Amino acid sequence: MVEQEGFRRYVAHIILWIGIAIVAFPVYVAFVASTQDNALIANGQMSLLPGGHFFEVYYQTIFVGTSGSTREPVANMMLNSLIMALLIAVGKIAISIISAYGIVYFRFPFRMPIFWLIFITLMLPVEVRIYPTYKIVADLHLLDSYAGLALPLIASATATLLFRQFFMTVPDELLEASRIDGAGPLRFFWDTLLPLSRTNMAALFVILFILGWNQYLWPLLITTRDDMQTIQIGIRKMMTTNDALTEWPIVMATAVLAMLPPVFVVVVMQKLFVRGLVETEK
Amino acid sequence: MQKQAIFRSKLLPYALVAPQLAIVLIFFYWPALQAVIQSFLLQDAFGLSTSFVWFDNYVELFRDPAYFETIVRTFFFSFAIAASSLSVALLLAVMADKPLRGGAVYRTLLIWPYAVAPPVVGVLWVFMLHPSLGVLTRYLRAAGIEWNPLLDGGQAATLVIIAAAWKQISYNFLFFLAGLAAIPKSVLEAAAIDGARPMRRFWTVTFPLLSPTIFFLLVINIVYAFFDTFGIIDTMTRGGPGKSTETLVYKVYNDGLIGGNLGSSAAQSVILMIMVIVLTGIQFRFVERKVTY
Amino acid sequence: MANVTLRNVRKTYTGGFEAIKGVNVDVGDGQFCVLVGPSGCGKSTLLRMVAGLETVTGGEIDIGGKVVNQVEPADRDIAMVFQNYALYPHMSVFNNMAYGLRNRGMKEAEIKTRVEEAARVLELTSMLERKPRQLSGGQRQRVAMGRAIVRQPKVFLFDEPLSNLDAKLRISMRVEIRKLQRRLNVTSIYVTHDQLEAMTLADVLVVMNGGQVEQVGNPLAIYEKPATTFVASFIGAPPMNLMSTRADEIKSQLGGGAGEAGILGVRPEDFAITDQTPSGGVALPLTVEAIERVGAETFVYGSRAQNEQRVAANPGELPPGEIIVRIPGSEAPPIGQQIRVAAIRSKLHLFSGDGRTRIEA
Repeated sequence: MVEQEGFRRYVAHIILWIGIAIVAFPVYVAFVASTQDNALIANGQMSLLPGGHFFEVYYQTIFVGTSGSTREPVANMMLNSLIMALLIAVGKIAISIISAYGIVYFRFPFRMPIFWLIFITLMLPVEVRIYPTYKIVADLHLLDSYAGLALPLIASATATLLFRQFFMTVPDELLEASRIDGAGPLRFFWDTLLPLSRTNMAALFVILFILGWNQYLWPLLITTRDDMQTIQIGIRKMMTTNDALTEWPIVMATAVLAMLPPVFVVVVMQKLFVRGLVETEK
Repeated sequence: MQKQAIFRSKLLPYALVAPQLAIVLIFFYWPALQAVIQSFLLQDAFGLSTSFVWFDNYVELFRDPAYFETIVRTFFFSFAIAASSLSVALLLAVMADKPLRGGAVYRTLLIWPYAVAPPVVGVLWVFMLHPSLGVLTRYLRAAGIEWNPLLDGGQAATLVIIAAAWKQISYNFLFFLAGLAAIPKSVLEAAAIDGARPMRRFWTVTFPLLSPTIFFLLVINIVYAFFDTFGIIDTMTRGGPGKSTETLVYKVYNDGLIGGNLGSSAAQSVILMIMVIVLTGIQFRFVERKVTY
Repeated sequence: MANVTLRNVRKTYTGGFEAIKGVNVDVGDGQFCVLVGPSGCGKSTLLRMVAGLETVTGGEIDIGGKVVNQVEPADRDIAMVFQNYALYPHMSVFNNMAYGLRNRGMKEAEIKTRVEEAARVLELTSMLERKPRQLSGGQRQRVAMGRAIVRQPKVFLFDEPLSNLDAKLRISMRVEIRKLQRRLNVTSIYVTHDQLEAMTLADVLVVMNGGQVEQVGNPLAIYEKPATTFVASFIGAPPMNLMSTRADEIKSQLGGGAGEAGILGVRPEDFAITDQTPSGGVALPLTVEAIERVGAETFVYGSRAQNEQRVAANPGELPPGEIIVRIPGSEAPPIGQQIRVAAIRSKLHLFSGDGRTRIEA
């Protein structure tokens, strides 16, 4: 429209850049802090431009660890986070897709009750059932294990619902044609349904990976050994020390590194990410 | 609800749902049940004996003014976080929705904070607003504000709210963009021809048509504020100073793990469960009535 | 009430695409002007520029004597009916119509009067409290018109308002729109791709193609004397038959100067099946390929021996396969028969070789 010209457009651009600044500033500060000398920071003298200690700080962070309460190099922690996130994402997708398949494409006694049982789990995040879950995981001897980290987080139903919704939109004719061609249920699933579900699986994978990577409370509870910590725990532990001893550059470097994989995933797979987000919230 | 075309296998469906069902039963229902049972128990200080006390834990909670305060505080946090986060996100979405050059770039630049984990958010903001060495603290001092969230409960609360709202901006932004895109351009053009200037168009046409999205996001933001802020609080203030930043979920953690009062903690969990179910129920009820045109 | 004048209006999009290449049109006060043309010709863009929904790169748009290029849509005192109605989904029919008046600060009592009057005219009185999603397509269309009428604007703009309606409704609404416009005597600009709609509605017809005006004028005048081969084949259905004048059999009949022209056009209804050759006219042998009987008349499709002399209306397009002849009644020669068709001189249309100029013989 005529009024979109000139003035209004500039205002829009300006507001957007202010927004971007607000959103990016904390991260920028973290990055800058990770490249400077700790003494400067502790004195409140940190400048707003990157310092020269980039390589030393990151090397120490990734491979050596702090001299504070956590002696674990970040590389290890990131590995733990990675394994946990992958287990959660892949695990959840795997059990959900076959579960949804069973519910949608078969008729069997208790079908509806089972569906509702799974559906209700949507409502409650892990935080409300932490202690009992902890006890069960402990009883199963799964403390400090990848299985213990991932299994309770696979329990909720978001993925199942998404796949169910998707399967409902798949035309019946595909199944009928498949049947005429002599395919049984497993064949149909593997050859036809799975390829069709690829985009949904990818979108879900992005969301679940980020969710898994960012998990905090649960890993906090069930990991006691230093070498099983995820990177989110690592950051937290670094903050526990007395302020005077905190090695800020390392803490900030850890924060930056902790952010990299999920942010990378969001930016590179943006379309899938948006799709996954919108679909799971419906 | 059910497809017409189905398979006739008898055992296969059970095999298909079994893994999820097993996990759900073991890691969801069993713990949930345990939590309910635990809430009816009272353990002594050494964990040597437990006694069944019916609703005593609940009664004690409701008699406790501190618990009531925590509820109020949690709701206050939720609304503050939701309100600030939603308004900033709405403003940005409206600006980004215009046919500007580089619209896609803006979107990318504004949605990535979704990926930042709560504890990292906490660390970032605690660093920037640290009483002695925070970068932003300098400017606050220059403006004459005595900034010390370690001592001042109100400031600590503000810190948590700002950090939590910051993280949510990108999520809300995304959904607002989608909601705005769903409004037909021609309706806004008709409004322009009908004599409505941009501000009037926004309040009389865009905003009402956006209300389902707003409501949906409001509930999501509140639930987020209830739970996902745990990571932020634990890294920033640990519920302090005093109890000024202790939300319901943090109290569950505090009373249980640190305080050792498992019964009360479990009771609080159960109460939280009920609250969330009610909130989600409200959302299902009202968002199902999506506006169709 | 006002006239609308477009002086050398141009629009170029960022990126270089020239959508409107210099358009000059004059619509007098109270006249019904129709912009017609194929998809992508720029007619909707031009309309939206008059509305203020698109910016003007060059030239001037004048409403009621005032240049409005920089004026916002809200201030141009115009009303527009959109193709998909664009009703406010969250408002009742009454409020949809009242919205524009409220924006101008009119008193509620007067708003009520105007809206109810318009509702009466459009037979919407029983639906004033309903929401758009509860209405049928035709009803929504009428609400859209009601919204425009209550404003009593200087100019009405219509952007293909009937395209989303079914065929029967389209015809009845077409007549309603024309009657309404005559009654209210408001200057109107109407966009459509349907040449029949264009012919029946327009006082002033503007035929557009590729961002340019091909011809402006009275619909019948355009029908009888199309200025270019594009207009010739676009207006009138079935389309005019176009043939190259270089074909020997045609050249010899037209004689000297006319034969050098380039393209000969004859409308299907101007061909008669006869063995006689009118003096100064043209006669052709055809083989009947197909017959279409529609009750009151019949269309006969015949092919000529030398098919390489066929001509297309627009360069680059495929030329029509056959000559179409329109005969009254339902008696027609059988398929495969050799026939002769002829047209008298006054019904011949001659164009230059590139189809862009009409030649009067």
